[in-house]
Parts: sequence; structure tokens; C-alpha cells
Amino acid sequence: MSEHAVRRTAPRSPMAAPRSFLWTRRIFLALLTAFVVLPVYVMVSSSLKPLKDVSGKFEWFPSGLTLRPYADIWETVPLADYFVNSIVVAGAATVFSVVVAVFAAYAVSRYSFRGKRVFTVTVLSTQMFPGILFLLPLFLIYVNLGNATGIALFGSREGLILTYLTFSLPFSIWMLTGYFDSIPRELDEAAKVDGCGPVKALFRVIIPAATPGIVAVAIYAFMTAWGEVLFASVMTTDSTRTLAVGLQGYATLNDVYWNQVMAASLVVSVPVVAGFLLLQRYLVAGLTAGAVK
Amino acid sequence: MTETVVTPPSGRTVRKAAPGEARTPRRSGRRRVALPYLLLLPALLLELLVHLVPMLMGITMSFRELTQFYIRNWSEAPWTAFDNYSVAIDFDAPVGQALLKSFLTTCTFTVLSVGLCWLLGTAAAVFLQENFRGRGFLRTLFLVPYALPVYAAVITWAFMFQRDNGLVNHVLHDQLGIGDSPAFWLIGDNSFWALLVVSVWKGWPFAFLTVMAGLQNIPRDMYEAAALDGAGVWKQIRHITLPSLRSVNQVLVLVLFLWTFNDFNTPFVLFGKAAPEAADLISLHIYQSSFQTWNFGTGSAMSVLLLLFLLVVTGVYLLLTTRGRKTSDV
Repeated sequence: MSEHAVRRTAPRSPMAAPRSFLWTRRIFLALLTAFVVLPVYVMVSSSLKPLKDVSGKFEWFPSGLTLRPYADIWETVPLADYFVNSIVVAGAATVFSVVVAVFAAYAVSRYSFRGKRVFTVTVLSTQMFPGILFLLPLFLIYVNLGNATGIALFGSREGLILTYLTFSLPFSIWMLTGYFDSIPRELDEAAKVDGCGPVKALFRVIIPAATPGIVAVAIYAFMTAWGEVLFASVMTTDSTRTLAVGLQGYATLNDVYWNQVMAASLVVSVPVVAGFLLLQRYLVAGLTAGAVK
Repeated sequence: MTETVVTPPSGRTVRKAAPGEARTPRRSGRRRVALPYLLLLPALLLELLVHLVPMLMGITMSFRELTQFYIRNWSEAPWTAFDNYSVAIDFDAPVGQALLKSFLTTCTFTVLSVGLCWLLGTAAAVFLQENFRGRGFLRTLFLVPYALPVYAAVITWAFMFQRDNGLVNHVLHDQLGIGDSPAFWLIGDNSFWALLVVSVWKGWPFAFLTVMAGLQNIPRDMYEAAALDGAGVWKQIRHITLPSLRSVNQVLVLVLFLWTFNDFNTPFVLFGKAAPEAADLISLHIYQSSFQTWNFGTGSAMSVLLLLFLLVVTGVYLLLTTRGRKTSDV
């Protein structure tokens, strides 16, 4: 009887773990946490150090705390301009990318049409192209298009927005298609019965139901655009430089003010990290519905 | 009572559906067929402009002598057939030798980086599967490297790897007393290991995120059944968790492989424009040889070779993993 009772409680915690498991878990997670936190600690603590602390031997603790680096970063390089460029470029790329992806995913999820499979496979396979392969031709296209038509794509924010919005597009379409698939078709049918056309049904029914997926895609698109380095380093000029390139301006000076570099790194990270951590729930939900099927 | 509750909606459905259906024949036809294409059109145009046309152009460029003189008018660059390719794969000449070396470095680097990212990500996801105190906090914390912009994270690592004022040498040399003098990490042979550490730090949270999503699909009663059969935690992980992750892993490993092999951002920010030979990843190598010499023809030929290699590896990988899965299912 007592053995029976033990057996019955077992399923409630099927992973009721032995010591070996608990200790492995503890040690592994402790080491991993240290590995993850170390650079973050260096970034935060060094950004609060006076210059002499970061020029000499590394010290775990600052000799004195100062906010000077946070004031100086705006003077050493035109960080505010880079900031504005990054916000405009990443923001616009995100908005356009999400809109385009929602339309495309709606078509793929709700319609069967000729060329559907070709479309999805082609779009996904662009993910695997090395960026370097289309960097050079795109550079030439933008330059030549500018010479021929006067539309300044090379060196302009518009050109960068156009480029970035396609970077997040394949993954966004894929993820949203999965998300839309998980929304019951009865909802569409009900909307149609109420007299909605297909486009109206998208806005009235699908988009509200897919908000977590759309938020996830938006975060992904914004992070992609905010963090891209390769195209930003080739396609921008002094006036359109984004943070990705601008931040390296500190490192090319003769004297590298590491406390300022760390302060600037922290300042440019806060918007994306905060947004990401606040909305990560949506990202995991979106991934689960879209990617893992 | 139940009758009245049920009837109105169904009655409404019938009433409203009738005019709707009457309208459909008139409204369908061309519009119905065209709609999905209209919805796809923006995505299609953008993909064409930014990915497909440039890629085809890149392939054409690889057959031309496209030097700086022809940048403004690339279609007039002389056609040279396979000259660029013979330069790229002539392993006795300096250009080919450097490319081969960079390729081999990238292969070693990718295998190590993908392996470690997968290992850390899977272990962390499995250890965080069951609830315990601090689990939610750790889960959020582990995503920080993924959320940080690449350049901010990599610049911080560059600071840590500085020879005279970095944290790594302070710990290794000053505190643990390893080595006679502080080592250089961003030049010379050590740079490979520095790059690997940064790449794993940045990459493993993606594996973690994906495996975590995959774990949610494993039904709980499988563990319960195994526990009833007397299987311990380790056995459950080996016989239930890991096999269930197979389809997630198939995609995850491929994506990690492609991203790592094509990685440009990490070495570019870590080393600046000139990567040391030991850490000269292929994307950076092609970028440098294109923009330093302005010889876009050879650069394109190298990119096309890279694409072909990735296509072959992906094809073989999918073939092997899919077939393996089928036979084991039988």
C-alpha cells in the first residue's frame, strides 16, 4: 500500500532528480551565468570608471565612480547623429518589413496558388546566400541607379532601409505563415459570413489574433536592422552613418577612451535589449508556433 | 430554452450566407485568382531587387574582368570566361593559397563554434526545463547576448582581450600566473581562440531559444510513463528529451552552420578591417580582397564558389539527416 502511494506521487514530479543531476545543473548553470555576465559586467563597470582606470591594468572594481564618459561620448564622435540615423533606418525597415511580411504570409497561409512552393523555397533560400555575394552587385546597382535616375540609393537612408527590410523578410514570412496557420479558419469563415472581403478579414480577424506573432517579427526585424554591420559599412556616408559603423569611430582614434567606448556601447544597447527582454515572451511564442512544427 | 439559444446563430448564418453565396460567382473569377499574387507582389519585388537580381549579377560579374575602371559601367567590363575562377583556385599562387587557408580556417572555426553553441544551448534548455527558483531570471539573462547588438558586444570583448588593460590577461597572467608575459589575443595565433569565444558567447542563446521552444512540444505524459517504469532523470533525458529534439536539431544545426560560416560581423568588429591570418574568416577575406584591390570580378568568383560549397553541404546534409530519420522511424 505504501509503495503504491509512492508510485502515485511519482508522476507529479517526473523529474524528481537525484543529487548528481542537481549538482551538475547547479555547476553548469553557475559557470554559464558567469560566462554570460562577464562582458556585461565589464561594459557597465568600465563605463563608470575614470579614464586612468581603463588605460592601465584592468581592475575588477573602479577606483572612483564617474558619469563623465556618458557626457563625453556625444562629443568624441557625433553619436547623436548616428543614433538618429539608426532609429530612422531600423524603425522604417521594421514597419515596412512587417507590413510586407503580413500580406505575403496571409497569401501563403490562406490561399493555394500556382508557384506557392517555388516562392517559399526561393525566399527561404535567400537566407543562405553569403551577404558578401550580393553586397558588391547591390553596391553597383545602387550607384548606377543613382547615376541614371537621380534616385540616391547609395549612401542614403532610403537605400539602407530598402536593403534591411529584405533581410528580415524571409524569416518573418516563414514565422508569420506558421502563426497564421495556427489561427482557426472558422474565424475567417465567420468574418466572411459577416460580409468581410478577404482583405477586411485580414485586418479585422487575422491581425488581431496574430498580435504575438507580429510583435515577435517586429522585434526580430528591428534587431536585424539595428545590428547589421557589413552593408552599413559600405552603403553609408558620413551623414547617414549608423551606430553599427559609428561606434567603431572610437576605436580608430589614436587614444582609445575605453570608458567612453563602453558607455557608448551600453547606451546603444539599452533600447534593443530592453525592448527584447520586455517582449521576449512573444518571441518564444512566435517561434513555437512558426518555427517548430 | 436550449432551442432558442442555438437557433439564432444558425438561423443568422443561413440567412447571411445565402446573399453572400449569391454574390460570390460575380465577385470571384479573376479577382480571386489575382489576390494571392497581389498580396505577394511587394515581397516578391523586394526579394528580386535586393537578393535575386544582385545574385545573378554577381554570377555574371564573376566572368568579367571587373576592376575599378569599370565600376561605373560594369557591363562594359571585358568578358574573361573562367579567368577569375582560375585565379581564385590556383593554390600555388598567393591569391589561391590565401583563399584556401581562409576556407580551411573557416571550416575548423565553424565546426567548433556550431558544436559548442549547440552543446551549451541544449544543456541550458534541458536544465531549465523543470521549474525551480530563479529559473525565469536565468532564462531572461541567457538571452541577453542574443539581444545585444553585435557590434556593442564584440567591442566589449575586444576591450577584454586587450593585451595591457584587458580583463582576460589580468585574470590569466596577473591573477593565475599563466605564461611569462601577457599574451596578445587580437593578433597572431591566439586570435582564432578569441574569435571562437566571442562567436560562441554570441551564438549559443539562439540554440537555447530554439531548443527551449522544441522542448515545449514533448508531451508530459511521456516523462510520467518513463518515471513509472523507473527511469531516472538522466535516462529520461537520454531516451526521451534528446530523441524528441531531432527534427528541431536538424534545422537548428543547419541554420547555425550557415550563419557561422557566413559570419562577417564578428571578425570585422573584433579585428578591424585587417583580420590576423589565424582568424581570417572567408566572408571577411573576400570583402578585403575585393575592396582593397577593387577587383570585384575575382571577389565575385570567390563568392560564387562559396555559395556552391554551401549549396552542396546543405544538400548533402538534408539528404543524410532526412534519410537517417526515415530509417530510424521504421
